Amino acid sequence: MPASTQSETTSLHLILAWGFVGIPLVWGVFQTAMNALKLFH
Amino acid sequence: MSSTAMRGGVSPPGLLSRERIIAGPGFSRWMVPPAALCVHLCIGQAYAFSVFNLPMTKLIGITQSAPGDWKLTDLGWIFSIAIVFLGLSAAVMGRWVEEGGPRKAMIAAGFCWGGGFLLSAVGVYLHALWVVYLGYGVLGGIGLGIGYISPVSTLIKWFPDRPGMATGMAIMGFGGGAFIASPLSVWLMRQFSTPTHIGVAETFIILGVVYFCFMMVGAAIVRLPAPGWAPAGYVAPAQPKKLITTRNVFVYQALRTPQFWLIWWVLCLNVTAGIGVLGQASAMSQEMFPGRITPVAAAGFVGLMSLFNMGGRFFWASVSDFIGRKSTYFVFFVLGFVLYASVPYIAAAGSVGLFVLAFCVIISMYGGGFSTVPAYLKDMFGIRYVGAIHGWLLTAWSAAGVFGPVLVNYIRQYNVTHGIPKAQAYNNTMFIMAGLLVVGLICNLFIRAVHERHHMADEAGPLGATAD
Repeated sequence: MPASTQSETTSLHLILAWGFVGIPLVWGVFQTAMNALKLFH
Repeated sequence: MSSTAMRGGVSPPGLLSRERIIAGPGFSRWMVPPAALCVHLCIGQAYAFSVFNLPMTKLIGITQSAPGDWKLTDLGWIFSIAIVFLGLSAAVMGRWVEEGGPRKAMIAAGFCWGGGFLLSAVGVYLHALWVVYLGYGVLGGIGLGIGYISPVSTLIKWFPDRPGMATGMAIMGFGGGAFIASPLSVWLMRQFSTPTHIGVAETFIILGVVYFCFMMVGAAIVRLPAPGWAPAGYVAPAQPKKLITTRNVFVYQALRTPQFWLIWWVLCLNVTAGIGVLGQASAMSQEMFPGRITPVAAAGFVGLMSLFNMGGRFFWASVSDFIGRKSTYFVFFVLGFVLYASVPYIAAAGSVGLFVLAFCVIISMYGGGFSTVPAYLKDMFGIRYVGAIHGWLLTAWSAAGVFGPVLVNYIRQYNVTHGIPKAQAYNNTMFIMAGLLVVGLICNLFIRAVHERHHMADEAGPLGATAD
């Protein structure tokens, strides 16, 4: 019998989860994009 | 193993067991991609390991290499060992990952990956390179392998309507991990460096702890769908497509099918064509356009290619949900062939813009090859052992990781020593890459549905929590 997790996902859960991975990723992409711009200077 | 039957009664399932992470009715499947990204963003650091190479050649001399300092050629082995152990551990541990569930696998990956950094810090502190090989190369490599495959089948189960997009999101994170790790590592080394010390060991410690914590968050939030669960409004096609099976193939049985080995070659050749130029992009662009692409612009070119590598992972895997996996690889090989064969002419015409565009598309397809392949395997072999089968397939990456750079470097060197100008030294390489893609195209064209004699006879079992 599976012991299923009963907690319901709220919008806050989704925002926190996506923010947790999204913020560092966007920061990294921004840094790389700035570096990539040197190609066009 | 997961539900431990004890004397006198049945105990609740362990914290790490599959049963413990079956989602309830109110759980949103959109929580699972961030869980997968928590792991893939961390292990994607591997692509940025080269930022440590130069500082690690000056640990004794500080401002320049001194006698007793490590050589760049010796340091290059750290990454190579890690990639070899990625392939080996993904292959060997794949079945354990599949049967133990994603939480157990993510935690194991976190311990190996974080532990690999800590052990490497000890190696740097003691100035013992073999400890770094053991730490980042072996232990970290095992973390890479387990971490890479840990969320794949879980995502496919949660997104039966868009398996390519789902795995594309996670594998995009692997490409994006380097974007975070590279500037972060440089910044950390600057903080811990003094005029008499280079802060590599301290940076390894910080990264090991941070990555471990990040991966534990992923392990905490990951969930499996309940048996029989399907997304709202999703109806499995009544008439399955010819190349999409509704049955399952056992992992070791899959290895006996021609389809597995054809897909192995498809991945290996697609990766070989991309990985060779990815590693040489800076030098190659400067040599093909002497005086026009400066070292600074070449660094920008490498950055731009990395962005396309990451974006391609999401884009192409998502596209494959609409046009099919076989058609997606058909596009990779045909378009890749045309672009590789065009590069020498583009270079001769002196068009930097077209050169950059061609390689950005090529590298997007290199990334797309990685992210589309889990869904290809799911189509051919079913969901049940797709993670384990994917683990075995990653040995193709290990092979390509050795073969690709060697091919590009040696052919260039051969041409240069035989008097061919540097600007044209890559022309043969481009044609050879185009030829490899033709072989990949042929392998892909030979792929047919797996014969039903390979299907599992008994579909019931401990892994019955699938969406099919």
